[in-house]
Amino acid sequence: MRDTLTPQARVQTGVPRTTRRRPPGGPIALLMLAPFLIAYLLFFVFPIGRAVQLSLTQSSLTATGPFVGLANYVQLVGDSDFWASVLHTGTFALYTVIPVTLLGLLMALAVNRLVRARNFAQALFFLPFVLPVSVVTLLWQWILNSSFGLVHALTGTEVAWFGEPGTAMPTVAFVTVWWTVGFNMLLFLAGLQNVSKEVYEAAELDGAVGWKSFRFITWPLLWPVTTLVLTLQLISSLKIFSQVYILTGGGPFNSTRVVLEYMYDTAFQNLDAGYASAIAVAFFLIILLVSLVQAALLRGRS
Amino acid sequence: MTHASTARPGNRTWGAIATGATLLLGVLWAFPLLWAVLTALKTEEQAVAQPLQWLPTTPTFTAFRDVLTVGNLPRWFLNSALTSLAITLATVALAALAAYAFSQLQFRGKNILFWVFLAGIMVPFEALLIPLFRLMNDLGTVNTYAGIILPQIVSPVAVYVFKGFFDQVPKEIREAAVVDGANEWRILWNVFVPLSGTVLWAIGIVTFIAAWNNFLWPFIITTSPEMMTIPLGLTQVQDAYGLRFARTMATAVLGGLPVVLAYLIFQRRVTEGFLTVTGVKG
Repeated sequence: MRDTLTPQARVQTGVPRTTRRRPPGGPIALLMLAPFLIAYLLFFVFPIGRAVQLSLTQSSLTATGPFVGLANYVQLVGDSDFWASVLHTGTFALYTVIPVTLLGLLMALAVNRLVRARNFAQALFFLPFVLPVSVVTLLWQWILNSSFGLVHALTGTEVAWFGEPGTAMPTVAFVTVWWTVGFNMLLFLAGLQNVSKEVYEAAELDGAVGWKSFRFITWPLLWPVTTLVLTLQLISSLKIFSQVYILTGGGPFNSTRVVLEYMYDTAFQNLDAGYASAIAVAFFLIILLVSLVQAALLRGRS
Repeated sequence: MTHASTARPGNRTWGAIATGATLLLGVLWAFPLLWAVLTALKTEEQAVAQPLQWLPTTPTFTAFRDVLTVGNLPRWFLNSALTSLAITLATVALAALAAYAFSQLQFRGKNILFWVFLAGIMVPFEALLIPLFRLMNDLGTVNTYAGIILPQIVSPVAVYVFKGFFDQVPKEIREAAVVDGANEWRILWNVFVPLSGTVLWAIGIVTFIAAWNNFLWPFIITTSPEMMTIPLGLTQVQDAYGLRFARTMATAVLGGLPVVLAYLIFQRRVTEGFLTVTGVKG
């Protein structure tokens, strides 16, 4: 453990200070970093490079094929199936991002004014969020079952919610909102608790109550949380896969096939890993672009 | 809260109505969970009875017994428990070690390396599925616990949160330990780990819930029913049981039970965990 020696100790043990000016702690730091660093390089950095490399080849899922340059990307630009999947992903984001943000805010405002039943109400809204995706999908497949489900029993409707092009995506979006909104409520609740009572009391003396108090105090002070929620939400919407895959499999007639589902189908069904890697790289670029644009827009507002 | 203290008499009525409405909406929101439990306690005939029967006339655990004795559910529980625990322990250990180095030690290239790690947060895991599958395939880990676990133990966010916490520990504490002759491993284990109880729990619980609920990676890396985890296995049961709704809901209830219990028991820690990891609370 000589590397942890203090400078005084180094002098005593005769290690000349001038030979190396390496800061103390170097080797021990490397040892401590090594496990994470190795895992990071192996399971993160290496796959990034590999995804780019594969996207320039004509490869199967397990064997690397010939280098084809940008051919996959050229094909991607003219691929109407790809653009349809981008559109479906965008549609899903449109159906979810704003509702899940607004609803989360409303829930937080409602729960925040409770005193005794507060933890109870918070748990009711938050519980769906901790469930695995497949529990959520089983629940809603049962409730929306067109012959025996709860919605059928209560309303008499026989709509196959996940099986018709007009209703499939909105229904997947609805299920997602139910599942995830509790998380946003939690973030907004934390934001509301950071607003001090004195601010409201001072504002009340100036006549700011009810809507005015919300509009001029709560809303501006919650803006940082709102931007966080919007950012997290938009990115997670673009990464949509599991719910769609389980509930509709991308159908009916590919009407809900999102980008990741298209990538999955291409790689693991058609076994075309080269082209699927081009989709993966495009997917990453879309996420990067959207987060940069969003960051710029949100910074402009605040 | 604030408003209640200064409320006029008329506001009290409105307050009661708003409270009632909030609770009613909350119950409605959570009702699908209750509906699953109620269905699971029915017989198959009762579950599909027309007109609808809200409550099971004679609650029965037949559906639960059936799904626990026939099929792979117990095995999926074991798989999920083992892999989630391993992922949680490895993630916390790797991140704590790396964060200590970044926070307390001086070494060349520290800042650049830290920013490289942070940049990793930008790359979505989903974009790496194909190369990761190929890598795990080349390593011979498809359909193994190692295959499920290894790609899930890299968490730059956990390093970031740990480092943020370690940075706030007063310098004197480490200096005192150094003077006492403790080496870095000992300082980390005997001083920093005990100090970081809250953040340790926060990262641990969030990692565990995420690992238990992860669908996409186990979906890619497992093909045999015996190696599936709970979220993945549950997607198989509907095909297996066909129109057995009570059984299907019994599997759903059992599949969600561990995380629901974890939440109800550790509500405060779960809440703090998610807030800490998203950076809303430090």
